[in-house]
Amino acid sequence: MRILVSKNQLVIPGEILAQGSGIKVGGGVFRAKKNNETEIYASMIGLAQVRKNRIGVVPLEGCYIPLEGDIVIGKITRVGITSWTVDIRGPYVGTLRVNNVVDRDFDSMNDDINRILTVGDIIKAQITFFDRTRDPVLSLQGRGLHKIINGRLIEVDPVKIPRIIGKKGSMIQLLKNMTNAQIIVGQNGRIVISAQELLIENLIELAIRKIESEAHTSGLTDRIRDYLEEEKRLLLE
Amino acid sequence: MSENKNATLLENGLRLDGRDLHELRPISMKTGVLDRADGSCYLKWGNNKILCAVYGPRELHPKHLAQPDRAIVRVEYRLATFSVNERKSPAPRRREYELSKIITESLNHILFLEKFPNGTIDVFITVLDADGGTRCAALTAASLGLADAGIPMKGLVTGCAVGKVEDKIVVDLSDVEDKDGQGDMPVAMVYNTGEITLLQCDGKFTAEEITEGLKLAKEAIGKIYQMQRRALLAKYSQIAESYDEDEEEE
Repeated sequence: MRILVSKNQLVIPGEILAQGSGIKVGGGVFRAKKNNETEIYASMIGLAQVRKNRIGVVPLEGCYIPLEGDIVIGKITRVGITSWTVDIRGPYVGTLRVNNVVDRDFDSMNDDINRILTVGDIIKAQITFFDRTRDPVLSLQGRGLHKIINGRLIEVDPVKIPRIIGKKGSMIQLLKNMTNAQIIVGQNGRIVISAQELLIENLIELAIRKIESEAHTSGLTDRIRDYLEEEKRLLLE
Repeated sequence: MSENKNATLLENGLRLDGRDLHELRPISMKTGVLDRADGSCYLKWGNNKILCAVYGPRELHPKHLAQPDRAIVRVEYRLATFSVNERKSPAPRRREYELSKIITESLNHILFLEKFPNGTIDVFITVLDADGGTRCAALTAASLGLADAGIPMKGLVTGCAVGKVEDKIVVDLSDVEDKDGQGDMPVAMVYNTGEITLLQCDGKFTAEEITEGLKLAKEAIGKIYQMQRRALLAKYSQIAESYDEDEEEE
């Protein structure tokens, strides 16, 4: 087993990362056999992640790939007889069935499905089932899952979401605590901000854009704290 | 291709544009040039100017084209009306359909399409200025666009044409050499693995000339691959440096 790249080295698709057996692989890589030896290559542009005998690539570009259990912010695009079609900003559209929304029995003859959710509604939902053979199945039954009725919806790059959440949620907690705003982050790169004042919402959006553009820099949480403090002081004056 | 043996394409061992027999034209590439596209690339190759936009993986319409086990690749290669000497009709011609097809087949080989069943990856290539060797240049730009879009792939595919001019094998044909030379052989390969994903040949070559041409093409592709690599990393090299600092702080 030989690892040929260093930690956080920038790699491009097709670049060899490791040779030999006994290496566990993470995302963004693929295996190939060459002269009876297993070789591991990067399949995406990103930063190499090396941890003991595990190797992977953290992508720097990419679309949102649904994962079971993800919380996403979706938009209803179509209403069916007993289900909705939801845009989740990925290669696939989500399906939301009526029995995953309401507890009681739904009678499509007498009840109007549009009264529950209709085209254009924004929902915070969870992906309950997805295996690439069928479109992801969403659910609104669970803690904190609901239709979103107020706030500002912004879209960011899905690969930057981990940075906006921060290590163990530090960044998002900072934003929430310093502004007393409600911020809902969907793994698919959509964020809903709702604050008491319009100016605060503007401020949070600016802060999120700052995180997005500086996602690669160090000490970002501290810098965002300073930025928010400064801006808030200016607002009060 | 006309067999115009009288045309002087070599003078004192140099080509009409002053290049050595095995010299490439100046090439520059840039990724991430289009905001709306998921991935994009602008490539200048001598007088060729090519813009490539990549969308996807995304939902496929019309649905009947969908493959339940993999995504499909749709490539649209187009010459702009102003890209050639005489105005070209904007409707796609035989040549454009052919190039779209061979580029699709070349890209099919490098992408992990089975990761996105029922989906599509759309590649739009517009040649703004054409001066010979656009199929190789377009393929080079398309693979950069795909990498910029973050679509998982086996490696970058790189193209370069070789040809025969006055009984000599030359690398990277210009438009004149392509039209008045004795032969033209576009080659594209995944440089890392050495797999050839495109090989066409027009004109008369002996077996030795083919072997020599392939060898020269591989060398040229190696140089272009390094340029592709640099172009892709240019956008991020700064990110890598600062990530390193980040890790140290922890």
